[in-house]
Amino acid sequence: MSGHEVSRRTFIQVSGGAGAGLVLGFSLVGCRRPAVATGALDPGALNAWIRIGTDESVTFVISESEMGQGVHTALAMLLAEELEVDWSLVRTEHAPADRTRYGRQSTGGSTSIRTNHERLRNAGASAREMLVAAGAARWDVPASECRAEDGQVLHASSGRSLSYGSLADDAALLPAPDDPALKDPKDFRLVGKRMPRLDSPDKVDGSAMFGLDVSVPGMLTALVARPPAFGGSVRSFDAAATLAVPGVRQVVAIPTGVVVAADGFWAAKRGRDALSVEWDAGEFGDASDASIRVLCRELADDGAVVADKGDVEEARAAARTRIDAEYDAPFLAHATMEPVNCVADVRDDECDIWTGTQAQTSAQDIAAEITGLRVEQVKVHTTMLGGGFGRRSRNDFVAEAVHASKALGAPVKVVYTREDDMRAGSYRPVAYNRFSGAVDESGNPVAWEHRIVSPSIIRSIGGRLRNGVDPTATENAGDLGYAIPNLKVTYADPELPVSVHFWRSVSNSQNIYLTECFLDELAAAGGRDPLELRLSLLDAHPRRARALRLAAEKAGWSDRRAVGRALGCAVAECFGSIVAQVTEVEIVDGEVRVHRVVCAIDCGIVVNPDTIEAQVESGVAYGLSAALYGKISIENGGAVEGNFDRYPIVRLRDMPVVETHIIAEGDPVGGIGEVGLPCIAPAVCNALFAITGEPIRRLPIGDRFKT
Amino acid sequence: MPEYSLNVNGSPRTVDVPADTPLLWVLRDELQLTGTKYGCGTGQCRSCTVLLDGDVAFACLLPVESVGDRAVRTIEGLSDDLSHPVQKAWIEVDVPQCGWCQPGQIMTAAALLAEHPDPTDEQIDEWMSPVLCRCGTYNRIRKAIRVAAKEGGR
Repeated sequence: MSGHEVSRRTFIQVSGGAGAGLVLGFSLVGCRRPAVATGALDPGALNAWIRIGTDESVTFVISESEMGQGVHTALAMLLAEELEVDWSLVRTEHAPADRTRYGRQSTGGSTSIRTNHERLRNAGASAREMLVAAGAARWDVPASECRAEDGQVLHASSGRSLSYGSLADDAALLPAPDDPALKDPKDFRLVGKRMPRLDSPDKVDGSAMFGLDVSVPGMLTALVARPPAFGGSVRSFDAAATLAVPGVRQVVAIPTGVVVAADGFWAAKRGRDALSVEWDAGEFGDASDASIRVLCRELADDGAVVADKGDVEEARAAARTRIDAEYDAPFLAHATMEPVNCVADVRDDECDIWTGTQAQTSAQDIAAEITGLRVEQVKVHTTMLGGGFGRRSRNDFVAEAVHASKALGAPVKVVYTREDDMRAGSYRPVAYNRFSGAVDESGNPVAWEHRIVSPSIIRSIGGRLRNGVDPTATENAGDLGYAIPNLKVTYADPELPVSVHFWRSVSNSQNIYLTECFLDELAAAGGRDPLELRLSLLDAHPRRARALRLAAEKAGWSDRRAVGRALGCAVAECFGSIVAQVTEVEIVDGEVRVHRVVCAIDCGIVVNPDTIEAQVESGVAYGLSAALYGKISIENGGAVEGNFDRYPIVRLRDMPVVETHIIAEGDPVGGIGEVGLPCIAPAVCNALFAITGEPIRRLPIGDRFKT
Repeated sequence: MPEYSLNVNGSPRTVDVPADTPLLWVLRDELQLTGTKYGCGTGQCRSCTVLLDGDVAFACLLPVESVGDRAVRTIEGLSDDLSHPVQKAWIEVDVPQCGWCQPGQIMTAAALLAEHPDPTDEQIDEWMSPVLCRCGTYNRIRKAIRVAAKEGGR
């Protein structure tokens, strides 16, 4: 649920529509029934998502952020399918922040297709019916005698046709139908087909516009000097040397640090290098990985109860074999290839923001609060996002740019260097986990106790925990899908000052690793095959069992000797989808080589199969980087790793072959952006366990096999 | 500040910047050629890859004073109309996801194919592995290089 706030709110906006065309806005998030909202729209707009020009251009206005996940293409396919337009004429743009049209705009939690597949088909169908009605009116024939095809309204009996472009202005004045007729999926021309990404051309000639590429007249470029320790602050600073650097214009303090504003990046960088700041390290100033782990271990016994079934203690006492294990997962940075950044221009009566954000309406709220402007006076211009993965829903970079522009009295681009970005927090939370399990004489797991200690994201973003539990920390742990009769899961928040945030797949990224690896430990203790044991515990989850069987079959699980390399498996249900992965792994000269990943994915419906495959490859690469190398260490209260030398990611030569097998049987509709990730770490670790007999209880895997 | 005459994408350009300014920031901030991307500032991610007289160079580490009269080619100068075989292959295979690293990937692939028109897997590994992609487009990069090689392309 990256990018999601504490509660999912539903917005229904119905405002008086006076004159200026007609808006049909399904301003609903997380709800299936469309509502009608009205308000002023741009010329040629048939509703909040569709604009048709007199030149026949078709522009889809997409309220979700394109961060590489292919959402602009997939959502455009849904609109174009029902609208009946020539795909080659379709282009997309990011919508402005506007909750009256789109509800709360937040791209995360693998929700784009789940939220939109129905509302955008409705929007496309509604616009199509309006165009047909406009054509029928022009000819003075019943609309029922007309139909839409390929950007034309046709009147079959007279052989007449009119283009969408010639009808759009008339159509925009018509009432939007309440309940437009949707196509039968068997008639789909686009949805379900392998369609080319609409954003590829701009991304291969350098013309795609990202946040860091934005330039506005009079703009300064700023770097911010921030406290080296989390929870630290500025005691004092001396800007004399900085102001002597050619190109540096101003040095000002903002709540998060000291802004060095200059004519361009290099002058800002040289200016910040010359800045002298005395920091107050704060209470966390001597914290380290070791001190954090000590604190977490102390809290493990006092966690709030997440799940409690049967009697774990009694079952353990009676069991044949007991296993206790401590598992650790580190802080992780998102390390988007484009470091975060934001351009803000605060004026007396308006504020413009240009940035790649995953959360437009939250950016608007933040800027309104800082400036004292009304929300509608804040314009958010969303650029392409050079990676998101949850990081760009935090908007800390937006707050800094707005503060900086306000203090400087000028438009400013706040740039994070790679080191700034990597050390700024918003990490995947560290997690200490204590397991106590047991298996009976037949090797069946009979007891499972899991104590989680991990800083709360909800607390970090300003929310409150209910009954001491952060549900974003316990995904797939409290609701462990396996049929184990005695189960206890607890959670405690160590309340560290390190900011933590939604990181692709959120706590599934730790919990699936931990639970799927500990299950393999139980399988080994009970002398059971890991695949067979899982299937025997998944009677209540037939979709998980089916996906796991499919992945195992395609990977050659039953004839593992013939494969010649160790196999490891994992299965999960998250973001409304099921994912199972089987990896083929070996250790060569102490290095872990992942040769092949076979993935079965059940995501309900397929909009663009190419996108699903790309997202599985992406999740595998992202999760494998974390499993093999990823760790942000804390020393003296701050992050140690600052760049890719100490925070390596998977490279081309390390990338496994990824085979994706899609299961799609309609309802329920699942997400895809994060689903490829959670299984890769446990599937690799379980293969390594099969090779060495030693479970991997701490990530990253690192160089532990090197001699 | 000193003045430097550069040859960028076949055009003479003059900039007035400190001598240690990396070519990357000259391209981006002075010449508004923002296709060349910043990713690490230390030559480790290679998002900033440009060609200097046809050889790969990391613009984030290259002081403008050291460019001299070598021809600088950026992603904007690869073709006017997406017609370079690497660009065509990238679109055919739909390589990009977020797209930030792709100019660096594409410039590196163009240099690879100029030197090895039909590269082996090992050559692709060697040339492309230094160029980082966080979205994991690597398998498609490999495939697209094969497609471009088949098109005979530099």
